[in-house]
Amino acid sequence: MSLTTTDAFDASKYWQLSEMVSLRDEEFGALAYHHVNRRLVFLKSRELVEIVRHLGDFECADDAVRALTPADQHDRYVTALGALEKSALIRGR
Amino acid sequence: MPGTLIEADPTDEIEEIEELLVEEVSIDGLCGVY
Amino acid sequence: MGAESSLRNRFERGLAAPICLTWELTYACNLACTHCLSSSGRRDPRELSTAEAKALIDEIAAMQIFYVNIGGGEPMIRRDFFELVEHAVNQHVGVKFSTNGTRIDEGAAKRLAGIDYLDIQISIDGADAATSDRIRGAASYDHARRAMDNLMEADFGQFKISVVMTRESIEQLDDFESLAKNYGAELRLTRLRPSGRGVEVWNELHPTLEQNRRLYKWLKERPNVLTGDSFFHLSALGSPLEGLNLCGAGRVVCLIDPVGDVYACPFVIHDEFLAGNVRDAGFGAVWTNSSLFRSLREPGNPGACASCGSYDACRGGCMAAKFFTGLEMSDPDPECVFGHGETALAAKQVSIRPISSPDHSRRVPVTLVAR
Repeated sequence: MSLTTTDAFDASKYWQLSEMVSLRDEEFGALAYHHVNRRLVFLKSRELVEIVRHLGDFECADDAVRALTPADQHDRYVTALGALEKSALIRGR
Repeated sequence: MPGTLIEADPTDEIEEIEELLVEEVSIDGLCGVY
Repeated sequence: MGAESSLRNRFERGLAAPICLTWELTYACNLACTHCLSSSGRRDPRELSTAEAKALIDEIAAMQIFYVNIGGGEPMIRRDFFELVEHAVNQHVGVKFSTNGTRIDEGAAKRLAGIDYLDIQISIDGADAATSDRIRGAASYDHARRAMDNLMEADFGQFKISVVMTRESIEQLDDFESLAKNYGAELRLTRLRPSGRGVEVWNELHPTLEQNRRLYKWLKERPNVLTGDSFFHLSALGSPLEGLNLCGAGRVVCLIDPVGDVYACPFVIHDEFLAGNVRDAGFGAVWTNSSLFRSLREPGNPGACASCGSYDACRGGCMAAKFFTGLEMSDPDPECVFGHGETALAAKQVSIRPISSPDHSRRVPVTLVAR
């Protein structure tokens, strides 16, 4: 049962944090700012921040999410990555 | 704990109202700047 | 879950560093706008030196404050303006500067077009010279339009046109929209506050309730128009406008003034809202330790608004609007959409109202050479 498919985002592919993005840790997660498109995004969980920081170390986004979050949260975190992709905060190779 | 006869599984309900993990705000959307 | 953990509620408690801040580079200005929030005109001899300004930029970069809104007075009057802007962007600190455009000739426009991570905001107060010049002075509108032309000619890219909503300018919304469209610019409309010299013109210039209602509707239909989140007091009229809908002062933003004083926001340049000075121990120390900021980060008290069902939408409105009209922080906003602010004002002894200080207004009128 897929409720919210982000059709553009394929978690089986390789993704990494864009070099144009700065991450600033906050108590509840992190603030991410894209210096070129000026987008300001709040990552509202520490786990998501960890995933985003280390995304490029994994073969694919699915692996990164599996490594850092419980299985029942998988779709939720993939959805979050899809939103970041839409804002150009993460990119492919 | 309430009985489970009538109530739905509480963990399902929590998932449905779980907030999104990502929220975007415009850099202009903060009050108190020029 | 839900409302308690929402972003808005988290921000009310403040962050480790501002998300962005306003930095007034100088109190010097070659205009004398009647509503000037910083009462600018004359340079203050105690202005931060170039070295001090660069050290501040270094600290801003180190704190990972990603974006700085530079203003004044007229920031381009400072001799080291380009030097400071470049020092900021070279460290990936984004800069937006707000200007009257008088100094953006063709050469300046070309130079600006070559700078990365730079946004420009040109201020006007009317869609035609007659309306705008009534506030900003003779020939000021023409200078601003010329600056826009020069930026377009130099391929600067998208800039912002910023207009304060007054009783007059609010009748020209469609014209501003066309103007922005013609330049490929972003339109920005902001709230008039009774701050600085603004208190002198507040009664005659602030929009009527009927105008505010129309503005709210107009903005709801145009989510791409920027507002600097300055109309959250109107959110009680219906669904929230774009932006955080929250007073950011001392929580996610603040002001650094030309002499290094740190205020909660640019609209409360007054001792009551002075948090400290960067010359003491740097900016970070003020942001973290100031007792004023700590108290602003405490959960708010609805005060007189407690019985109103819309408090969550408008949060009682703007501190600056209340303070400079002589209301208490616990009173409704003077432009409360339900009229509660007007009632509170009528019940008060408004003959004693705070005035912004310092006041750097010129004592002799300014004359701009016509273009």
